[in-house]
Amino acid sequence: MSMFSLATLFRPSQFLTIRGGIHPEYRKQLTSEAEVIRMPVPPLLRVPLQQHSGAIAEPLVKRDDLVLKGQLIGRARGAMSANIHAPTSGRVLAVGHFTAPHPSGLPVPTITLRADGEDRWGEHLPRLRPEDADPDEIAAQIERAGIVGLGGAAFPAAVKLNQRKKYTLDTLLLNGAECEPYLTCDDRLMREKAEEIVDGAGIMARALGVARIIVAIESNKPEAIAALRQFSHGLGTPLSVAVVPTQYPMGSAKHLVLAVTGKETPARARTAELGVLVYNVATAHAVHLAVRYGEPLISRIVTVSGGALAQPANVEVLIGTPVTDVIDFCGGLIGEVDRILLGGPMMGQPVQNLRVPVVKGTCGILALAPWETRKSDPMPCIRCGSCVQACPCGLTPFEMNARIQSDDLEGAVKIGLMDCIACGSCAYACPSSIPLVQGFDFAKGKLAERQSRKHQQAETKRLAEARKAREEAIAEAKRQAMARHKAQAAAKKAAAAAQAAEAGAEAPPPVPGIATDVGKEARQ
Amino acid sequence: MTVPVLLSAPHTHTVFTVSRTMLMVMAALAPATGLGLYEFGWPAVFLFLVTVAAACLFEALCLRIAGRPVAPFLRDGSAALTGWLVAMTLPPYAPWWVGVLGAGIAIVIAKHLFGGLGQNLFNPAMVARAMLLIALPVQMTTWVAPAGLIDGPGFVPSLAITFLGAPEYDAISSASTLSHVKSQLNAGAGMAQILGGVPDLRARLLGAVPGSMGETGTLLLLLGGLALLVTRIITLVIPISVLGTITLLSGAFWLMAPERFPPPLLHLTSGATILCAFFIATDYVTSPVSAAGKALYGAGIGALIFVIRSWGSFPEGVAFAVLLMNACTPLIETYVRPRVFGRTRTGKPLPLKGRK
Repeated sequence: MSMFSLATLFRPSQFLTIRGGIHPEYRKQLTSEAEVIRMPVPPLLRVPLQQHSGAIAEPLVKRDDLVLKGQLIGRARGAMSANIHAPTSGRVLAVGHFTAPHPSGLPVPTITLRADGEDRWGEHLPRLRPEDADPDEIAAQIERAGIVGLGGAAFPAAVKLNQRKKYTLDTLLLNGAECEPYLTCDDRLMREKAEEIVDGAGIMARALGVARIIVAIESNKPEAIAALRQFSHGLGTPLSVAVVPTQYPMGSAKHLVLAVTGKETPARARTAELGVLVYNVATAHAVHLAVRYGEPLISRIVTVSGGALAQPANVEVLIGTPVTDVIDFCGGLIGEVDRILLGGPMMGQPVQNLRVPVVKGTCGILALAPWETRKSDPMPCIRCGSCVQACPCGLTPFEMNARIQSDDLEGAVKIGLMDCIACGSCAYACPSSIPLVQGFDFAKGKLAERQSRKHQQAETKRLAEARKAREEAIAEAKRQAMARHKAQAAAKKAAAAAQAAEAGAEAPPPVPGIATDVGKEARQ
Repeated sequence: MTVPVLLSAPHTHTVFTVSRTMLMVMAALAPATGLGLYEFGWPAVFLFLVTVAAACLFEALCLRIAGRPVAPFLRDGSAALTGWLVAMTLPPYAPWWVGVLGAGIAIVIAKHLFGGLGQNLFNPAMVARAMLLIALPVQMTTWVAPAGLIDGPGFVPSLAITFLGAPEYDAISSASTLSHVKSQLNAGAGMAQILGGVPDLRARLLGAVPGSMGETGTLLLLLGGLALLVTRIITLVIPISVLGTITLLSGAFWLMAPERFPPPLLHLTSGATILCAFFIATDYVTSPVSAAGKALYGAGIGALIFVIRSWGSFPEGVAFAVLLMNACTPLIETYVRPRVFGRTRTGKPLPLKGRK
């Protein structure tokens, strides 16, 4: 591909395209015209204390506590974490564990809340006037509001914002690509809340001190593009809209940066090192609410769609609302359901337990029918190269899979396993239906396990050695003390003997009994 | 291969499958095959059917012995396609057992002994052709002039030609374009004189020349190849590099010594050149995957075809050229890789320009 690519002769930004990628059936029309509707407060909410990448938040409430909407109920623990707020007013039923919205189904610390139905606000966060606030104040406010990246990865927004201290930044890139099929929540948000998004972006740009804001939107969202093109500045920072081609995975941050700015992020580096910071458009909207109105992040827009759903819709849902309630709100399931996903069909995760809650990173709830998933039995690889053509990272997935299948994980790493972003393009394109991503995830998990075991062994060894050294040091100190003591005693004895000898020289030789007494005294 | 239940993302899949690919290739081959069968008459039809049926039978047998499920692999059409391609390379009046032997070599030796679908190092159809050519030089080089289905031997005499080895087909035997050129050159004739004796360009394009059953309809093969390009079954890289290299090399030598080397157009429109460029060299399993690797591979095939045709002892070199480059594929694959995102060609992370 690259050999005959003309893109190398020109600046890639003129073409705004990425190598590889796929064009799946988008099926966005199911919900793209559905205005965002607000879902009523559900009777029961389960708010996990880990909805972000990083450490689990520390619970601040206990059973039977009454909480108000927006009240801080989980405090960020450590540098990489995020605050959790009560999504509505009510009574805490339990602070315990509940199934995570993740295919593992493992329990995570969760606060269960019985809503009182009044939805009564507690104290808002102190508002800020971003025009006068300094960057640190804005960052602190974003941190207080518990904002995380709303594109799906749920990376704490304030932590990302703090990269300004480490790198020279020039561009804030708002990600409105929304390349996953079905999902339209960002599209709707851009159409309906363009001004708020621009304001949020302006606030972040001010905090970051960047010179420009670029909003990148895929060409299949003309209304969103038109809505954002109305604005030329966000809080004084020049803003432009970059229309990128409709191509999955355009929304991958590093690929989007390449398409829009022509700069390719080196492996293992961050886009910030190129001077670009990428945020989702919904994150910008959350920042606007937090800074202007003091509202913490307690709800988000979720696309509820799929062929097995009665009424596909875009719904504003309180964080902690059970998935089953959201599905019921959208008319429930119809026909045969193949699987239910959180997120999009390319990278989303299937869930078994429908009582799991919507969290900050949930951008979609999809109920897919069998004709949409097109499940078929894997056949042998025929080396057709579809996966190589589809890979946006220039990898050879079929080869990596072959090595993983023969348990040669190091060999797979050598040809780029760790550069894989798990976008799923290869597995989508594979005519033999080989579950490539599954193989890669398996290998990555296995390698991480090995790594941690190695780390653990090294750590155990280190600790054992340290302990041995410590014990030896103590023993050595004891020995030295003993030796010193002995030496002192010997010295005293010698001194006493000398004294006695002196006395003996002056007086007649002592009788043995007296001499013994003198020795005793000296010892005492 | 044991694969656990697919639960991992992605949760949707392209409609393209292996069997669709095989069906598309067969559809693209169909016009040229139809022309070949029509031109060479009933014996060709019988030989074609016997070869394809034998390929499917051998496939089923091998799968059975290997303990693999027979139905899903037979349904994907890869065995039928292999048999089809073997038949395309056979002389149309060859006896039935040549077809069966060819199918057996292709399926059993070239495919299943290497591990079945996707595991073979060499192109099965070309292995069959090369082995037959060496083992059965008489049967594999007895060409007939295209008489047409109606004017050629009738249904019953044709049965005798294919299944009983009826002797009368010697009467209508003739030379293929390439073997004519070769023998005349060896006899010391000049190129101008030789070219006067070969069929004209129009005949070569339309398939009205002696040759293998399926490689004479140059224009229809080209059309089928274009269909594969349009449906994205194949990319342009291999056909362009094969044909380009042949054209460049034969053109250069023809310009230098026009008396001893046939013109490029003759190379392109005779033998299995077009069939090879679009249908044989583009075989997924035995060609490199990256575009640069494909270019190298195609150029190698083109060069080898020209070299074997010009200086080898065989008039046609497609099978040997393809097999030799098949053997190079793992090597090409190892050294010619796509560049990984964020890395240089050598695999190091891209350099960062001065940041704080």
